[in-house]
Amino acid sequence: MAEVTQLIHQYLRHNKKFPLVFCPGCGHGIVLGSLVRGVHALGLDKDDVVVVAGIGCSGRIAAYVDFNTVHATHGRALTIATGIKMANPELTVIAVMGDGDAFSIGGNHLIHAARRNIGVTALVLNNFIYGMTGGQCSSTTPEGAYSHTSPMGQLEAAFDIVELTRAAGAAGVSRGTVFHVKALDGLVADALTRPGFNLVEALTPCFTQYGRGNGFKNAVEMFKWLKERAVPLEAYEKLEDKSGRIPIGTFVRRDVPGLEARYAAMREKLREMKGGAA
Amino acid sequence: MSQVRKKRREAFLLGNEAVVEGALAAGCSFYAGYPITPSTEIMETMAKRLPQLSDGVFLQMEDEIASMGAVIGASLAGRKAMTATSGPGFSLMQEQIGYAAMTETPLVLVNVMRGGTSTGLPTSPGQGDVQQARWGAHGDHPILVLAASDVPECLEMTVTAFNFAEKYRTPVILLLDEITAHTREKISLPEPGDFEIFSRLVPTMPPEWYKPYEETLRGVPPMPPIGKGYRFHVTGLTHDLQGFPTSRPEEVKALVERQFRKIDRFFHDVQLVEHVATDDAEVLVVAYGCVARSARLAVRQAREAGAKAGLLILKTLFPFPRIHVEKLMRACRLVVVPELNVGQISREVKRVNEGHTTVRTINRVDGLIITPSQILKEIS
Repeated sequence: MAEVTQLIHQYLRHNKKFPLVFCPGCGHGIVLGSLVRGVHALGLDKDDVVVVAGIGCSGRIAAYVDFNTVHATHGRALTIATGIKMANPELTVIAVMGDGDAFSIGGNHLIHAARRNIGVTALVLNNFIYGMTGGQCSSTTPEGAYSHTSPMGQLEAAFDIVELTRAAGAAGVSRGTVFHVKALDGLVADALTRPGFNLVEALTPCFTQYGRGNGFKNAVEMFKWLKERAVPLEAYEKLEDKSGRIPIGTFVRRDVPGLEARYAAMREKLREMKGGAA
Repeated sequence: MSQVRKKRREAFLLGNEAVVEGALAAGCSFYAGYPITPSTEIMETMAKRLPQLSDGVFLQMEDEIASMGAVIGASLAGRKAMTATSGPGFSLMQEQIGYAAMTETPLVLVNVMRGGTSTGLPTSPGQGDVQQARWGAHGDHPILVLAASDVPECLEMTVTAFNFAEKYRTPVILLLDEITAHTREKISLPEPGDFEIFSRLVPTMPPEWYKPYEETLRGVPPMPPIGKGYRFHVTGLTHDLQGFPTSRPEEVKALVERQFRKIDRFFHDVQLVEHVATDDAEVLVVAYGCVARSARLAVRQAREAGAKAGLLILKTLFPFPRIHVEKLMRACRLVVVPELNVGQISREVKRVNEGHTTVRTINRVDGLIITPSQILKEIS
């Protein structure tokens, strides 16, 4: 407990911004914890950490952490993060986004950030729903799920965030849940140390806007659901019946330098060529 | 021994290329953009030039929204940053322009106006984005909109745009048109010291005293680059002096009023015009961009024919240079406003006229320019 108190005092704007905006039973606070523990474990200087968040419940995380924080426009967190990282590659830049933020309105930016492999850590809080606007379906809402804009059940298929980001060329892709906190901590800390574009998908329940309309009696049931459905990647691959199970763990982990490093190398090469010619 | 005067470097440049020269002279080290006619030469020239700077960054983004995002990010990290676009791309940028205005992030956006709405006339000149430049982003926000009418001015006004952006912590939109952007003229290239260059004020107080949105005596709050110990919050939500979201009416009102006051207080500095034979003018032409070039010739010809014609070239479009226009209007019996749109600046002219004189417009939206003879016919 003492350690938690210390982390709160060290990393959160607790005297300005508490209590958190999140509903009872929301998993976002746990992801916020993983983010703080990750930065702490790596011993990063707060002045060197930038959190760029989008719009939605997850976007509010930026206001709570005592880093350099930017609460961007909806879906555009990665574009601002890209500008910051290219302008100052020394900074550790983290983009915090929700599922609607990162994969609906910001989908184009996400696949291009992955493709150009910008050295940004993307933390996507996937709760399958637009929470802040009151429970509309998103591009990760499972087929058949109910929401205010899919009252007869969602007809459209959901994005698989891991597969999409992998296909787009990210250097690192992983998935965790807020039930498996230690594992999530590890995934976030690992992503923060890796070069290039690293995405962590955190499955986090939204009882208020998603659970109530989809047969969950309370938030605890949603956490139990995560516990039962999520399977570590290695075990998942050995499963005969994979239906309804969600693999978690690290899916992609490639050693490729980020765009900012490659750009600096190109500038250096240009200078050498010029120097040689003179 | 007599000092040998160094010969000035000269070049035969497109308006778009002159923009790049101006940007680099002003200290721009970051460009992010998306190709679009007729602005693309700015981007292509930046792609070659910026990597040659020790810290220069050029990025081709996935769209104009992302381009503005990257520019905002770079500016927050302390860079002088810009983008360029044209009509359809300018529409896409509006959301982020609003964000930059709300967060008071300095940046320069060059919009090379083409003809028509939507895809319109991609390779023809137009001036149809004037009111969009002022009011394109939703909500009440101050903004600076400048215009250039020839190649040397493309360079000068880009320097001015960066200076204003940095001085007033605001996005600045520089409007060119296809003619100005694609005209090739001889210009002398800037040497260090040619222009007074402003950089944003950074805080000098200890970080714990710093309030990122507090009004200062100078009117504009200082702005530290990210990563220098001033860990503050940037948000597009209406915010308090510390930068944290607020919806308390008194704090909201204070923020909006200060943001407008920040520009309003410096009208004398930001409202740039050029007077051509206006001293004794009885007939006044008010023009900007490529139309100002036609107007220049028309006014000269009218003078040669004995008419007391004058020309006011607007280099600042918004805040509308009311003081200059109003003063001349009182002395003229006729004001003519030629524009490549259905009447966007003439609305402003009529607004400040308040019945003092007759305002006539010349509007052209067929993708062709307004000729000197068209203007001459109206003023003689």
